[in-house]
Amino acid sequence: MFRPTLRSTTRILRGTTPTSFLNGRLAAYRFLSNEARSKIQTAVDSKPVVLFMKGTLDAPECGFSRAAAQILELQGVPHGKLQTYNVLQDPELRTSIKEFSEWPTIPQIYVNGEFVGGCDILLSMHQSGELETLLEDKGVIPKVEEPATTAPA
Amino acid sequence: MISIQRLEKAIHSHFVVDHLEVKDISSGCGESYSVLLVSEDFEGKSTLQRHRLINDALKDEIAHMHAFSQKTYTPKQWEEQKKVAG
Repeated sequence: MFRPTLRSTTRILRGTTPTSFLNGRLAAYRFLSNEARSKIQTAVDSKPVVLFMKGTLDAPECGFSRAAAQILELQGVPHGKLQTYNVLQDPELRTSIKEFSEWPTIPQIYVNGEFVGGCDILLSMHQSGELETLLEDKGVIPKVEEPATTAPA
Repeated sequence: MISIQRLEKAIHSHFVVDHLEVKDISSGCGESYSVLLVSEDFEGKSTLQRHRLINDALKDEIAHMHAFSQKTYTPKQWEEQKKVAG
């Protein structure tokens, strides 16, 4: 009944920008109900790291979601601190998370309730070391002491 | 179906383009693209802010795609990137 197809999603998304002078973000904000918004807010705040993806950690259903899951795994994010939501199981979530984050694609990653980005950003932050720093600073993974930079008292 | 030309045109109308590579990564069906954009417009902006700029500029196009991937550099970063890639 709720077969999640891309076509239906795009039709709904296009419907949110009926006039050219309306800023897309404003329009998206207007069309996301308070109920949907608060439901997503609860999901975003459920764990320190929240991943909205296609499929599950064990069985990702898209290469980009797989990459995002693997990066979090490589960073050693404990499963107790990680919550994933499968948007393929929930067509409403699939549409509303895009409006909520003002981000057009899945996966989407939140750390401590703050939107980090999608797969491209997660990957580049992983490669540059920014992601490790972020996860350490937010207390998600333990800090690794670097003797070269931290002088003993 | 979204064409490479349409994406290039949309990007050119929104950004000062220093260098642009649009690739069809869908093996022909036109639903997945990767974009590499070098622009001075990215100066002083975080990666997230840059990606949001592109997402906004290509809003209509992205809505019709299955997948979209992007890389964003300032001209200065791009020069460094080319050196590294050698």
